[in-house]
Amino acid sequence: MKVDRIALLHVAVLIGITALAVGTARAEPQGERRVEIISMVRQDCGSCHGMTLKGGLGPSLLPEALAHKPAASLVAVIMNGRPGTAMPGWSRFVSESEAEWIVARLRQGFPHIARQESGQ
Amino acid sequence: MNLRHPFRALAAAAALALLAGCAHTPALRGTGDLGIVIERASGAVQVVDNTHRTSLGRVTGLGDLSHAHATYSRDARYAYVFGRDGGLTKVDLLTQTIAKRIIQAGNSIGGSISQDGSLVVAQNYTPGGIRAFDADTLEPVSEVPAEYAPGKFSKVVGLADLPGQKFAYALFDAGEIWVTDFSDPKHPTTQRYKAGKNPYDGLVTPDGRYYLAGLFGEDGIALLDLWHPEKGVRKILEGYGRGEQKLPVYKMPHLRGWALAGHYAFLPAVGHHEVLVIDTRTWTEAAHIPVKSQPVFVMARPDARQVWVNFAFPDNGWVQVIDVPTLQVIKTLQPGKAVLHMEFTPRGEEVWVSARDSNRVTVYDTATFAPRTVLPANAPSGIFFTDRASRIGF
Repeated sequence: MKVDRIALLHVAVLIGITALAVGTARAEPQGERRVEIISMVRQDCGSCHGMTLKGGLGPSLLPEALAHKPAASLVAVIMNGRPGTAMPGWSRFVSESEAEWIVARLRQGFPHIARQESGQ
Repeated sequence: MNLRHPFRALAAAAALALLAGCAHTPALRGTGDLGIVIERASGAVQVVDNTHRTSLGRVTGLGDLSHAHATYSRDARYAYVFGRDGGLTKVDLLTQTIAKRIIQAGNSIGGSISQDGSLVVAQNYTPGGIRAFDADTLEPVSEVPAEYAPGKFSKVVGLADLPGQKFAYALFDAGEIWVTDFSDPKHPTTQRYKAGKNPYDGLVTPDGRYYLAGLFGEDGIALLDLWHPEKGVRKILEGYGRGEQKLPVYKMPHLRGWALAGHYAFLPAVGHHEVLVIDTRTWTEAAHIPVKSQPVFVMARPDARQVWVNFAFPDNGWVQVIDVPTLQVIKTLQPGKAVLHMEFTPRGEEVWVSARDSNRVTVYDTATFAPRTVLPANAPSGIFFTDRASRIGF
């Protein structure tokens, strides 16, 4: 009885982990969209936070600056902005799951824009 | 070659020597029609010629040039390029080399040069304040930390040179305008004025008399009459939004390209898709012109007959042209993806427009709006021509 219960729990946990993994994989932007988001963060968020994201008129978005801030509140700031400051909401341009991905990647060190060939 | 005549042989030798010399010394030329185009992602600038619409070469190794700004030596030979990483680079336009480069701060957004050309002053976010350097050597001369309360430093925006070795600038975090006098370069003196909530940029009128700071935190513009600084800052155009819903601003507008046309001044509204027109005789609103999106740069053609406007993300692929006599938009252009800056030739027959994500600069005829030339550039942003060298506030 007891053994069965534990086995059942294991199965449930496994299913949970699998679901989470699938969910994360789906949330991760792919291909063109990923390139677009990386460029948007570096260039357009970068117009206030700096292209290297170390801060400008807006605060730094480097991993050490974000380390102690809860992910959920960072996602909320991206989506809705911060009233009373210059930070606008970006929900017109990114989905909630994309904002989650941006926050996760900012915490690790945000990817660089792939080198463009400008024909020179 | 017939070398029987000694004279001819001599002439040939002289010509050869001259050719060889050319490889090392640039051809004799003026700098009045030169300028630079910032290639923001690669830390480089292109040196360009706006008479022949050509690129003369590229200077690399300027560091992080996102939000780079440039000002010119008064002989218009050297560009001082201020990089985001605090780099200050003196670029020789004639030899297309770096004459001198220093890292002067942690995070910088621009700078300006003194009336007599002797001091280059940088405005910094980190550490907040301004720093003055010898224009020849870039040796540090003095600095003014933007410490507005004990231990509290503000980011500095909107630095503009004024007559009398003075500089005006705004403190984003403190909501103040400061005017610093560098007449005694090593011992600058500073006057402080209350301005309003979150000044985001500033500019001075071409005669050097009025300093204006745009406010992000409120609908209004702070105006300081530098002939009568004792009167303090006057708030103009208060509540210009008139209760309209404020729209999100995805990029801070800039006030560098002061657009003064006759009695009118043209400024970007903040949070409203409009260009504000101010009557400078009364400093009241004369009109507001609906435009495509949030304006970033609002710049008058040098003859002030047209005003060109570019826009914030996501509408940064557009440029609109306002006709000054009718105060109407008369032309809408699409110069490319992510239009970041525009610069008129000194007398305004052409305008150069950079499109970052299209990797090109387009030169337009301002009379016909026809593109005349397209120059390739690597993620171009700011374009700065040398006629800025002789203008107050640039």
